[in-house]
Amino acid sequence: MKVGVVTFPGSLDDVDARRAVKIGGNEAVALWHGDDDLKGVDAVVLPGGFSYGDYLRCGAISRFAPVMASVVEAAGRGMPVLGICNGFQILCESHLLPGALIRNDHRKFVCRDQRLRIERVDTPWTSAYPEGAEVTIVLKNGEGGFVADEPTLDRLEGEGLVVARYLDDNPNGSLRDIAGISNERGNVVGLMPHPEHAVEDLTGPGTDGLGFFTSLVEKAFA
Amino acid sequence: MARVVVDVMPKPEILDPQGKAVLGALPRLGFTGVTDVRQGKRFELEVDGDITDEVLAEIDKMAEGLLSNPVIEDYEVHVEAHSVAEIAQGRPS
Repeated sequence: MKVGVVTFPGSLDDVDARRAVKIGGNEAVALWHGDDDLKGVDAVVLPGGFSYGDYLRCGAISRFAPVMASVVEAAGRGMPVLGICNGFQILCESHLLPGALIRNDHRKFVCRDQRLRIERVDTPWTSAYPEGAEVTIVLKNGEGGFVADEPTLDRLEGEGLVVARYLDDNPNGSLRDIAGISNERGNVVGLMPHPEHAVEDLTGPGTDGLGFFTSLVEKAFA
Repeated sequence: MARVVVDVMPKPEILDPQGKAVLGALPRLGFTGVTDVRQGKRFELEVDGDITDEVLAEIDKMAEGLLSNPVIEDYEVHVEAHSVAEIAQGRPS
């Protein structure tokens, strides 16, 4: 499967994401923010970083990049899209996912190995995990506090759209300990922690993040 | 040339860590009596021609679609004669 990884000006984790895609058994294709051509990929990853310097709001400018028009259109057709950290922020700003990410409640940048529970496993990004899997992957963010109004939070919980939840300490003030969510269909997933930094034993806390990149192979999407 | 100002503020129910940091710093500098601080953004837009209802409607769309994120922020659009810089310089044009 061909998985595109978009590079925006200020993306940091695009190279790691491409590497994780390859380790996960897929072909990584570099995509450019200024080009609306998705080069025939079967799925797209929006990587972490500080696209456009986080100017205005995190992800607010990236949303209008030419590539995003194609990503939004493809997501509407059911193409799997994974947004990690800044990518999650871009998905929220693009209205592909509800809610928003705001500055951490404790006001400090946080960088640590974070325990999570994977709660939705019928998405093309999480099908490799058993339901309720507890994993440890890297978390690093300054504006990772997930917020939405109460009806939206209730809907996310009620419809089973929470993909991952923080265990132990809530690292950033995210409401209801939400670390990642999906759209109804499940093809669009946004996640604040970084599975692409947890795919090899040599670096990071282990290989618990690998499932996000092997799931695509295990579950061919419709 | 006309000027339109868009003020953007975090919604009341949204935590504002930056405002909280400022609120915490004020007493340390000897300022008392401030009970809350909310930090937002102010956009000064220079507009060609007269400010008509159509222009204001267009700026409202900008405010809703780009300058603010309606999930977490409220905005207000108003016409203003002087920029903050002009007032600061004490010589409004």
